[in-house]
Amino acid sequence: MKLSVKELSFGYGNANALEDISLDVDEGTIVSLVGPNGAGKSTLIKCIDRILKPRKGTVFLDGKQAAMLTSRDLSKMMGYVPQSTHEVFTYTVFDVVLMGRRPHIGWRVSANDVKIVAKTLRFLGIERFASRYFDELSGGEKQKIAMARAIVQEPEILLLDEPTSSLDIRHQLEVMNIVKRLVLQRRISVVMAMHDLNLASRFSDKVVMLKDRGIYTMGNPASVLTPANIENVYGVRSEVRNGHMDRPYVMPIEPI
Amino acid sequence: MPIHEDDEMMHAEEVYTNASWRKTILTLVLFLIVAALGLFAISIGASSLGMSESIRAIMAVFLPMDDVSHFAEVVVFQLRLPRILLAIITGVSLGVAGAVMQGVLRNPLVSPFTLGLSSGAACGAALAIVLGVGILGTGQYIIMINAFFFSLLTMVVVYAISRIRGASIETLILAGVAMGYLFSAVISLLQYASGNEQLREIVFWLMGGLYAAKIENVMILIPIVVILTMILMRYSWDLNAMGAGEEVASSLGINVKQVRMACLFLSTVLTASVIAFTGVIGFIGLVSPHICRLLIGSDHRYLIPWSGLTGALLLLASDTISRTMISPTEIPVGVVTSFLGVPFFLYLLVRRKRRWWQ
Repeated sequence: MKLSVKELSFGYGNANALEDISLDVDEGTIVSLVGPNGAGKSTLIKCIDRILKPRKGTVFLDGKQAAMLTSRDLSKMMGYVPQSTHEVFTYTVFDVVLMGRRPHIGWRVSANDVKIVAKTLRFLGIERFASRYFDELSGGEKQKIAMARAIVQEPEILLLDEPTSSLDIRHQLEVMNIVKRLVLQRRISVVMAMHDLNLASRFSDKVVMLKDRGIYTMGNPASVLTPANIENVYGVRSEVRNGHMDRPYVMPIEPI
Repeated sequence: MPIHEDDEMMHAEEVYTNASWRKTILTLVLFLIVAALGLFAISIGASSLGMSESIRAIMAVFLPMDDVSHFAEVVVFQLRLPRILLAIITGVSLGVAGAVMQGVLRNPLVSPFTLGLSSGAACGAALAIVLGVGILGTGQYIIMINAFFFSLLTMVVVYAISRIRGASIETLILAGVAMGYLFSAVISLLQYASGNEQLREIVFWLMGGLYAAKIENVMILIPIVVILTMILMRYSWDLNAMGAGEEVASSLGINVKQVRMACLFLSTVLTASVIAFTGVIGFIGLVSPHICRLLIGSDHRYLIPWSGLTGALLLLASDTISRTMISPTEIPVGVVTSFLGVPFFLYLLVRRKRRWWQ
């Protein structure tokens, strides 16, 4: 499914948090949103999923306005994974993931729902945690479970808010590999907010660099992740080298 | 990544399906325990009527029996049955409302008491007792009607305050606590200003109790409680999803604000209806959901009925003890509830080492 954002603005009170954002996400591609803290990455993701209501502008799904859909229909097309998940009350991992079936079920859980959840847990290699309590698990495991919850929604677009920011390097790579497999196997489109420029560089088809509530530049990783752009957007002097699979590798040196 | 096909491990499907069956059966068992305790409670009391006579009196409703004494009928149907039904229905509504309020506000400390609803009801009752006027004129029901509407009014005010500040949960809970203090102050003032007879009545209302149970009141309450509980249970999935936070719930297609408002008001009507007849009965609304989370988990599809049935069990057991222990005198039911419930709750808390409030 192709996602297009047209001239989207969002604000809290009088101040705008996002101004005039337009971008396209083609089917089966990974788009990373990068930029300094407060640039509006998370806000943009929430606006796309209508968790926040944009002030202006439209989100199109395959050319149709997302605002015309009921929230239940929208939730069948888009899955959202927050930066961190915290359950106040204790649920088992299976129960947490099963909540992702909420858009598809009335009150009764069908055998099919149970099967989809179990298959997804296997797909992510976390079936052994199924009857464990969610809050007993590590940050990396929790992140995978939160992703599983979004995957069982069977969305065509997956929105990830800093999916790797609190994970160790192994979990970072595991999570990104899951994203990649979803894109390859199910033609899912992914939009993710990322702090780690090198993960963004390595795994994205397109990088969107945000600065001061708007898009500074966007394009393939090599064209966006240049020392000049990084200096202008982050205020950081850096070197960009040739990294794994010929993707740019950013070495930050010092703030300017 | 290879898929682990470990034959020795049960697959997640099986584990989940088995757990669901167990929970369904356990819910039925709990229901039967409540019913059994109800029958037992009917057969004991201050008068000498024993178990077999009581059960015969009940069976006489369904089967023709000619040897049931008028005395047995009066004791069973006019004295004991209304009170037992009121205990069950009150326990159910407080347990259900507590579970829903905690779920929808994602806070384990919430109960009808912390949100100021009980104090609001008590304030309404005290005003009716002292001033002799209610919002609907005078008559035998003014205390109840006043209590009901003050409780509802509290929720309206608390909710309105939270909407001004962007509907945050913390604001709502704090506004409820603050309103509770305000109403308590009004009650203190009324107690200070009232005469002996009225003071006694206010104190009785504040302690709560089931001694005033009448069959006609119970017949009003049963449909209210059954219907509201059923409606609230339909929100189980939304409540489960809201446990993961507003943003996730919203991305799962839930209208968070609408669900929160509906759940809060329905559970307020639920509590206000019974509190109006029983006075302030604390503790159950707070603790019954916690006991059940430790025993059956946090899935609201099971938690809501469990919390209701556990509330019924707790209140029925407490009330039965309170009216029989030193009969014909009664111990206030709130005292027994706490003596019975707190040790049980603390035992579960320590034994299971589950830290759900973190």
